[in-house]
Amino acid sequence: MESVRRQNHIILGVQSLKKYFSIRRGFFQRVAGWVKAVDGVSFEIEQGKTLGLVGESGCGKTTVARLILKLLEPDEGKIIFQGSDISEFTEKDMKPHRKEIQIVFQDPFGSLNPRMTIGLSIEEGLRILGIKSGRSRKERLEKLLKMVGMSPDSADRYPHEFSGGQRQRICIARALSVDPSLVICDEPISALDVSIQAQIINLLKDLQDRLGLSYLFISHDLNVVGYLCNTIYVMYKGQIMESAPAEELFENPCHPYTMSLLSAILDPEPGKRQKMKLLEPDLSDSLITSAGCNFQGRCPIEEPRCRKEEISFEKVGEKHIVRCWKVAEK
Amino acid sequence: MTNDSLISIHDLKVYFRSNSEHARAVDGVSFEVRREETICLVGESGCGKTVSALSILGLIPTPPGEIAGGQILFADQNLLELNEADMQKIRGNHIAMVFQEPLTSLNPVFTIGDQIGEAISIHKKLEAEAVRENCIQLLTDVGISSPAQRLKDYPHQLSGGQRQRVMIAMALACDPDLIIADEPTTALDVTVQAQILQLFRSIQKIRSMSVLYITHDLGVVANIADRVYVMYAGIITEHGNTAQIFHDARHPYTQGLLASLPSRSKRGTRLHSIPGAVPNPAHKPGGCPFHPRCPYAIPTCSKEYPQMCDYGQGHLARCPVLFEGGG
Amino acid sequence: MMNIEEKTFNQDFQFQVPLAPKQTRLQAFWFLFKQNRLAIVGLFIFILFFCSALIGLFLTSGPEPIFDPAMIRLQEKLRPPLAKPNLDSLRPEEVPTLDFYLMGTDDLGRDVFARMLQGAWVSLTVGFVAVGIAVLIGIFMGGIAGYFGQYHIKIDHILLTFILVSGAGLVAVKLIHFGALLLLLGLGHILYSILTKKRSREKAVSSWSAFLSKNAVSVDTLIMRIVDIMLCFPSFFLILTVVALLPASIYNIMIVIGLTSWMGTTRFVRAEFLSLREQDFVAAVKALGVSNFRIIFRHMMPNAVAPVLVSATIGIATAILTEAGLSFLGFGVPPPHATWGNILSDGKRFIFDAPWLTFIPGIAILIVVLSFNLFGEGLRDTLNPRLRERH
Repeated sequence: MESVRRQNHIILGVQSLKKYFSIRRGFFQRVAGWVKAVDGVSFEIEQGKTLGLVGESGCGKTTVARLILKLLEPDEGKIIFQGSDISEFTEKDMKPHRKEIQIVFQDPFGSLNPRMTIGLSIEEGLRILGIKSGRSRKERLEKLLKMVGMSPDSADRYPHEFSGGQRQRICIARALSVDPSLVICDEPISALDVSIQAQIINLLKDLQDRLGLSYLFISHDLNVVGYLCNTIYVMYKGQIMESAPAEELFENPCHPYTMSLLSAILDPEPGKRQKMKLLEPDLSDSLITSAGCNFQGRCPIEEPRCRKEEISFEKVGEKHIVRCWKVAEK
Repeated sequence: MTNDSLISIHDLKVYFRSNSEHARAVDGVSFEVRREETICLVGESGCGKTVSALSILGLIPTPPGEIAGGQILFADQNLLELNEADMQKIRGNHIAMVFQEPLTSLNPVFTIGDQIGEAISIHKKLEAEAVRENCIQLLTDVGISSPAQRLKDYPHQLSGGQRQRVMIAMALACDPDLIIADEPTTALDVTVQAQILQLFRSIQKIRSMSVLYITHDLGVVANIADRVYVMYAGIITEHGNTAQIFHDARHPYTQGLLASLPSRSKRGTRLHSIPGAVPNPAHKPGGCPFHPRCPYAIPTCSKEYPQMCDYGQGHLARCPVLFEGGG
Repeated sequence: MMNIEEKTFNQDFQFQVPLAPKQTRLQAFWFLFKQNRLAIVGLFIFILFFCSALIGLFLTSGPEPIFDPAMIRLQEKLRPPLAKPNLDSLRPEEVPTLDFYLMGTDDLGRDVFARMLQGAWVSLTVGFVAVGIAVLIGIFMGGIAGYFGQYHIKIDHILLTFILVSGAGLVAVKLIHFGALLLLLGLGHILYSILTKKRSREKAVSSWSAFLSKNAVSVDTLIMRIVDIMLCFPSFFLILTVVALLPASIYNIMIVIGLTSWMGTTRFVRAEFLSLREQDFVAAVKALGVSNFRIIFRHMMPNAVAPVLVSATIGIATAILTEAGLSFLGFGVPPPHATWGNILSDGKRFIFDAPWLTFIPGIAILIVVLSFNLFGEGLRDTLNPRLRERH
């Protein structure tokens, strides 16, 4: 297993992915503007590694997840999964690939069918795998439940009988039922109690070690991302602002947005009350972007040039890129 | 205890009854808030922290709620014995509250100015012009830019952080002695959360009021609290000042919580985790409610209700096992 | 190695939280439902009505029914309820089965009790079949509007439908040559478009084909506008018109009532589907690769039936009322078959001489309709998730 990981095999590559939503106004529903939910996002996930996508609410990180799952059609860009570009695939072409990418959602209450026992919910995936006989399905089901730390006799119970953490375990079991190679975790722990979060993080880590899973971990919590991820991508208003290996990003943040995110981390250390440079509150219509850098208006080191030119990535180190021209000047 | 105590709660018990279920949401909680300090109630969902706060303001819906015992002493009167009219005078004038969800706590059909203005004019008799000036002053205090224009805005025109600032402005409207803040930053983005926390710190200092801050986030606690009460399943398990709680936690639950926090420095190591799940208030384990999840539990834990053990300098923890074991 | 892993694996969860005692959905439902006393009364009457209609069917049908609703005894007309028959003037086969007239007799001396029994079955079947039709149509239309709503119908689809329908229409009115030509044209176009489907991706854009492939209207808009149009008609008069054109029979009435009352269900199901399709569990099964058909019927439908069930229960009451109204006006089930509506209608001439002829069917309709409404409302309160505790 170790050797497989060493090969740096890219499991998912996303290239300049774009998804715009139109805002329609008036009687004739004319297009009044575009929300650039995802605006040219590129990243690569290595086999068996965890990629963290960090950003505040509304920055488009969940849209990225839905695009990769093909729950939404991208407007532009490529999604190369295990060597084939799935962005062009029709629903029919997608069918054999669907099970390879799975998702775990944030809300453990909405992500399980309330009218189905959890056994049936998980078996839905086994059916897709083509396991026909009831007995082998039952065996797989028990194995899956044990794997996520649930007792097998919970299979014939309904979701409302479980706590949030247990439901999240069930959701993970359902995602694993089809033997995926990539699991998208969309804020999987932010709705859970503090004492339960560590359980789920440990479970995700254990499963990765055992099954060689790759994760796309979406979160707003830099503490968790810093603990769990190999590479971190910071997203703001549909664009990647900075990306680097986790250690590097924390040691040497270059983009002003990353810096402000890092300074907003609340350390559980009473001595170290954070004194952050407060960002100007974001007064502009937060969804519609204008020319230039997306971070304009909140940036502490802004200059006129930032409002005119399209800002491209600057390379800071190996695997460390920043969307800010001022970095290059330093 | 001391005479700078602003409000003190003694052995408060709040029960909820519903179809045959009987939930002891708050089961004998005592704490006090002194003048000019920020205290935090920390705990997970269902531990009774919000219920405790709501009962201070007399906002527990009865039925299904029921205040089964205890005292809430504020300015020499027991708030639990006041009638609704007297309670109205306390609310807002002396004690104000900021809720978690800034979108639903503002009325969408009135402007910001109307709502803050109403909060002011309920408790003070002022001319319309004076009310307006008051509003602008308040909005400036909570850090809203160009407040005069904002007065005409409706809640949906503001961002989440701005709405929460407006809520705080409304709470400040009558210069209360105590602000109760119930998870005011949970629904906000991290950068905005940091701003709001800073705002709380500065208004607490400038206006020299007390803040009772309710949260589940230990990072927030470390940043804002002077003293901390840790709650679990309707009881207070540990109390101390912030340094005592974070550097010298004596209750296994507090220790477990602190150890389970993920951070970059713990990369590569396995996170400590508290096993099991948060108990449902209706089916709490007997004895010490934490004993099924506790690594130090001994057989007596499931039978005897644990007593508070004094570690000196106001540091209390409800775990006799560790107290006797560790001396 | 594996063993150690296995151990650390379950360490997090070594303390299984004791789950609440197992309670099926039905038990939980019954627990809540039985607290609503009026709804229990409604359910009780509903079951009573159901049984008596079923028993009534057996007792009043066949060549020699136990209670004969059609037996005419002119010498015994307009006897009050509980009256003893005058045994001297009756032939042996004319003696009522109970030895007295439980609900009296009508102007032709027919036993009202037997006729009420027969009518109960009519009311029951009209209610259930009509609502069954309405619910089926409603779920189908609502499901399509809610799930596939954002798909657009293109202009050529509309033209094609128009050609096919008018072709079929012409054939139906005996203009066979012209109609067949249109039908052939339409079918030919379908065949052609299937054959050239592969190539259509490469855009050969002539202005005409661009016009044809323009999005005209979304499926959702189309269906909901049809619903709006249907709701514009005062439905009782629509039914009256249709029934006047069709031969009077109980089946026609059921079908007509069903076809004119599916709109409410459509709206319910559509609204439910619109909110359900945004839920994470639907996205999750979609990501698993479950087919659309299975998502709609296995995953979404069970979550959407609760409000449908409620509206169906209340719909049955409305259908029973509509049938009674039609029969009262003489457009309903043709005599001599008894329904509550035409017993009432026949009785109105004797309202002062024989008030039981109007009161008995009237009160029966009132009680049954009321019980259905109470039951339906109880059902709604119970199924409403906001009233249920969330753990």
